[in-house]
Amino acid sequence: MLHLLVQGSKYLMILFFLIYTFECFHVFKFQGNEAEQKRIYHIQRVLLFLIHLDAFIVLYLITKNIQLIGFYLMQLIILLAIISAYHLLYKHASELVLNNMCMLLAISFIILTRISFERAFKQFIFVCAGSFIALLIPMVLQNMSMFRKLTWLYAIIGVGALTVVAVAGQTSYGAKLSLSFAGISIQPSEFVKILFVMFIASMLHKRHDIRQLAVTSFISALFVLALVLSRDLGGALLYFFTYLVMIYVATQRFAYFAAGLLAMAGAATAGYHLFSHVQTRVLAWSDPLAVIDDAGYQVCQSLFAIGTGGWFGLGLGQGLPSKIPVVTKDFIFAAISEEMGGVFALCLLMVCISCFFMIMNVAIKLRDNFYRLTAVGLGTLYAMQVFLTVGGVIKFIPSTGVTLPLVSYGGSSLLSTMIVFGIIQGLYIMQFDDRMKKKEQMLKGGKYRGKRSSEKKPDRKKPERKTGGRQTRKP
Amino acid sequence: MYLFLAIFLAMMAYFVYFQAVKSETFINSPYNSLQDLFSRRVIRGDILSADGKVLAETNTDSDGNESRDYPYGRVFAHAVGYAENGKAGIENQENFSLLRSHEFFLKQMGNDIAGNKSQGDSVVTTLDTQIQQTAYDALGSFDGAVIVMEPETGKILAMVSKPDYDPNTIKQDWDTVSSEDSTALFNRATQGKYAPGSVFKIFTTLEYYREHPQKYSDYTYFCDSSITVNGQTIHCAGNRRHGNENLQTSFANSCNASYANLSLSLDRKRFQETCDSMLFNQNLPIRFESSKSSFNLSEKDSSAMVMETGIGQGKTLVSPLHMLLVTSAVANKGMVMKPYLVDHIENAAGNTISSSEPSEYGSVISAKEAKLLKKYMRSVVTEGTGGKLAGQSYEAYGKTGTAQVSDTSDETNAWFTGFAGKKGYKDIAVTVIVEKSGAGSTYAVPVAKKIFDVYFNR
Repeated sequence: MLHLLVQGSKYLMILFFLIYTFECFHVFKFQGNEAEQKRIYHIQRVLLFLIHLDAFIVLYLITKNIQLIGFYLMQLIILLAIISAYHLLYKHASELVLNNMCMLLAISFIILTRISFERAFKQFIFVCAGSFIALLIPMVLQNMSMFRKLTWLYAIIGVGALTVVAVAGQTSYGAKLSLSFAGISIQPSEFVKILFVMFIASMLHKRHDIRQLAVTSFISALFVLALVLSRDLGGALLYFFTYLVMIYVATQRFAYFAAGLLAMAGAATAGYHLFSHVQTRVLAWSDPLAVIDDAGYQVCQSLFAIGTGGWFGLGLGQGLPSKIPVVTKDFIFAAISEEMGGVFALCLLMVCISCFFMIMNVAIKLRDNFYRLTAVGLGTLYAMQVFLTVGGVIKFIPSTGVTLPLVSYGGSSLLSTMIVFGIIQGLYIMQFDDRMKKKEQMLKGGKYRGKRSSEKKPDRKKPERKTGGRQTRKP
Repeated sequence: MYLFLAIFLAMMAYFVYFQAVKSETFINSPYNSLQDLFSRRVIRGDILSADGKVLAETNTDSDGNESRDYPYGRVFAHAVGYAENGKAGIENQENFSLLRSHEFFLKQMGNDIAGNKSQGDSVVTTLDTQIQQTAYDALGSFDGAVIVMEPETGKILAMVSKPDYDPNTIKQDWDTVSSEDSTALFNRATQGKYAPGSVFKIFTTLEYYREHPQKYSDYTYFCDSSITVNGQTIHCAGNRRHGNENLQTSFANSCNASYANLSLSLDRKRFQETCDSMLFNQNLPIRFESSKSSFNLSEKDSSAMVMETGIGQGKTLVSPLHMLLVTSAVANKGMVMKPYLVDHIENAAGNTISSSEPSEYGSVISAKEAKLLKKYMRSVVTEGTGGKLAGQSYEAYGKTGTAQVSDTSDETNAWFTGFAGKKGYKDIAVTVIVEKSGAGSTYAVPVAKKIFDVYFNR
């Protein structure tokens, strides 16, 4: 009977999530039709809570742990609180980004509770802290305009923090990632990546002549170098790629981008020959079953989990996700696919893509170059991170030891991603207000003129942007 | 932006591809501990022979205790394997299929509510109980292996290895069968590595033909029972004088002196290439535990080593399965079919869930080469060492071998590898090795004959 219930609710969750994911993209059909959009966002939230409820009923039934009921209610409250607080404070925040963020958090709660109650609880506390920060950020962004001027502060703090890690960090899985003091361990590179993006944005938002580019590249190289020194090559890759995309968007010169990619390929080859743990991972990627006893163990367990789970999963509590090393962090995607199903995992990926779309959408619509570059950088970081972690888990690429934003266990990763989402919401609101003002002025018949003092002289003709209508793509 | 979209789409496509195609390899991997989760709700399915007999089944007694029973006991030990104290054979390879149930879903739901287990799917093998029993009996009390396959399809009809064990009592016998000095768990048919002896002359002949495609039939040699080069003497079996020979009669007589002489003229690099292309030094194309055969010949090797290698002694080691595949290629115009033991999977009601189709591994020799070797292998029967197979209702082809067990021992392993055909029957190929017995023509050929007799007279 129990088994039937577990299996039934598994299909139900997949169905709900499929509809949710569909609506993520379907909603764009109703641009301009706010009532319809509101309805869809509302449906999404209902689905979100149904999935959450469904999962926790199952989890309770299979563990019979009374604590879970209380824990469920706490999660429900925090999710509801995030949503209502945003609704209250920010009328013009992006509902889709908000829903997606809550959805990813809910999935994280579900799978972490399934794997380890203790870890899920820790994660919960971080979510509480994170949502508080995420709520504050849009306000801060609206009221402070000094962020573009702190260029050197970003660089100094960023490179400094990474260097400290490289020197004094703790080693895990072949790379130095975290600092720990007073029993709390943090991963500075998770936060520094935001500083890194803001550094580049503040360097390039006004000028991007050769001198400026050279300085930017030099400092960026310091960031990347610090990561390489702590042997966090996944992180180095992430940073470097983000740097490339931002340079490209700022200068619109494809040659830079191509040259950068070549350099990256060269660096990857060099990394392969220099670092033994890179070779191990590449080996594990090319033929995991052949080296299952050591290097390939993790990837194999991950693929066993994904494969055995199949399209519809084994059902919550029915698999053995703990067999996969580091399952709560880098390999969370495998656990989700194993127990909740390949379809569910694909939907999850689509939701991540939806988040990325939204970030890029904000970037396109923003008129302020500094914020625009920031959004592009953060979007790239996000997409890259999703790609690296999921790709590694399913053996599409060698595993790089990157976490899945918002879903993986880990305070630093969670907090930094929530900050990113907070920034994006802030930028979305900014972009929305701009558009409203422009509309108003157009209605008044007055000629529209740039309002923001910081954007005095756009140094290059910007492509016209549609204010309403469908979103249009660039690069 | 588009770049990311493309990357993501590629990744999602890969995920779908993995789930749809590649996941099977991983799901079925014996390392996958997730498989055993299924045994909580599923009764392990049956393993059946091609002729519908039960080879392994799970019975539940009145107390609800399950036991795995093997009606044929030792006869199918290595092919079917065991499922306690680890797993082997089909029990290992098809573990996941046996633990999945494709019973009617309402019945499964009913079982679920009632707390009963569902019946797992049955694995229907290509194994033939009659052939298997014949092979098992024919090997008698000798250690060794017999393996039988349809060259045209790759279906394995029988696979015997001795010494063996009783899968019914494997748990009780575990300490004995798994002890240091026991090789009972070892499947000699696929994992055994033996010096090939004269059956290797198939490769030597092929290489000579490849190097002299026009003039191979001009080869002549006068055999006076031995050959001595650089102080190393090679004798013919039983010190027989074969007199004047060409390539075909050298092959039929299995003349060591002639082959030692001939191999000295071969291009070692090309010889190595020929052997490498014929499944030496690589994994055999089978989903079953098997070992690689090894062949190595370089310029550094002495003339003595070259002569030894040419007659199948030296450093060369082969598995019976490997010889079977090469023999099958000769029977099948050069094409090696991938050997398989599982014909299809069916649910408890007998409906097919999935089935294996014959699939080609590739041509290892040309049709012309296959034809030549076939002719030579026929002459082994009509005028050479395989005479016991002559004059039957079927037409047999083959090569015998008598290989020294080791350099320091006079004991020999008897080899036979060959095939036979008859109108109205599919060809079958048989490879036999009888350890520490005597000559191939005396000990291995009769085993093959018994199998051919049973197969072609039913």
